[in-house]
Amino acid sequence: MAKNIKAPEALKPHRFCPGCGHGVIARVIMEVIESRGLTNNFILNRGVGCCCNLRSIEVDGLQCSHGRSCASTRAMKLLAPDTCFVTYQGDGDAYVIGLQETLNAAYAKSNITLITVNNSNFGMTGGQMAWTTLPGQITTTSPYGRPVDGPLPIQIPEMIANSFDPAFVARASVQSPAEINKLKKYVEKAIDAQMAGKGFTMIEVLAPCPTNWGLTPEKAIEHVATDMQKYYPLGVFADRT
Amino acid sequence: MENAKARVKGELCKSCGICINNCPKQAISKSGQFNNGGYDMVVVDEDKCIGCGICYTVCPDYVFEIN
Ligand SMILES: Cc1ncc(C[n+]2csc(CCOP(=O)(O)OP(=O)(O)O)c2C)c(N)n1
Ligand code: SF4
Ligand code: SF4
Ligand code: SF4
Ligand SMILES: [Mg+2]
Repeated sequence: MAKNIKAPEALKPHRFCPGCGHGVIARVIMEVIESRGLTNNFILNRGVGCCCNLRSIEVDGLQCSHGRSCASTRAMKLLAPDTCFVTYQGDGDAYVIGLQETLNAAYAKSNITLITVNNSNFGMTGGQMAWTTLPGQITTTSPYGRPVDGPLPIQIPEMIANSFDPAFVARASVQSPAEINKLKKYVEKAIDAQMAGKGFTMIEVLAPCPTNWGLTPEKAIEHVATDMQKYYPLGVFADRT
Repeated sequence: MENAKARVKGELCKSCGICINNCPKQAISKSGQFNNGGYDMVVVDEDKCIGCGICYTVCPDYVFEIN
């Protein structure tokens, strides 16, 4: 079973917190890009949030305005249709501040790949409540817990899959080796579909934010695998690849 | 490749413990040695390691190489 395994060259040391979910997701994306021979024909655009740390990856990409990365990426894709584009955004960026840009990109069947990292809060700014925050979850702006009789955590992958005929939509998690392997399969499907011109592709990834959740890395992963999944079921919601 | 083992780039380790919790052979532990980031780096017991690569898969900080 043993074989040589090495992280892609483009990945350099980053500044995410210990146990943060972002690092594995970035690695999986770069593994797929490298395996497809796309490293030099690839643009990784980032939203605003802890994903800004991805400037550590040695690939081309824009740091877009907060929430606008889907719009910027759509424009760039029009100018370079043969280049592979990933827009990498947090839940606060893609689903709250940039909700309009995200839905419009999906509605327009833009041939780009959106990866959203859902850690159920605005992580970079110290852990404020987002539309993804779980009922009862304590954040700096919901100190008594998010109201349990208020809006439910927003399910954008389901919404896009049910409404806009996307090429591929799934929700994954970094909670275990098995789920990380599934994430990689999904990213392969999404990138291959984009390169075949099939339309909008999206993967949401549930990821721990131990720092803002006030949990150890171990407990934060447990939280992803249990509480988060009550509101965010894993799986494929659309696939016409 | 029969004898492939997990190799550790200790300078990258942030001591989160995720690899320790996932190693099927309990081959990973904290070394008590601190890197320049101030983190207690992990070490791999090569006698126990089977080179399965699970530590590579789960580590958020690209610490492991299997060879
Ligand atoms: C227009 C604007 N509003 C607010 C901010 C402050 N801000 C920076 S990062 C961020 C949160 C990002 O959260 P998320 O997208 O969930 O990413 P995470 O850090 O959790 O991975 C906010 C609100 C900003 N930079 N620009
Ligand atoms: S604040 Fe949360 S999301 Fe940001 S780097 Fe730290 S653990 Fe990761
Ligand atoms: S998973 Fe990586 S960063 Fe975390 S303790 Fe293990 S080697 Fe260190
Ligand atoms: S390769 Fe497998 S057995 Fe060896 S340290 Fe990593 S997880 Fe443990
Ligand atoms: Mg977030």
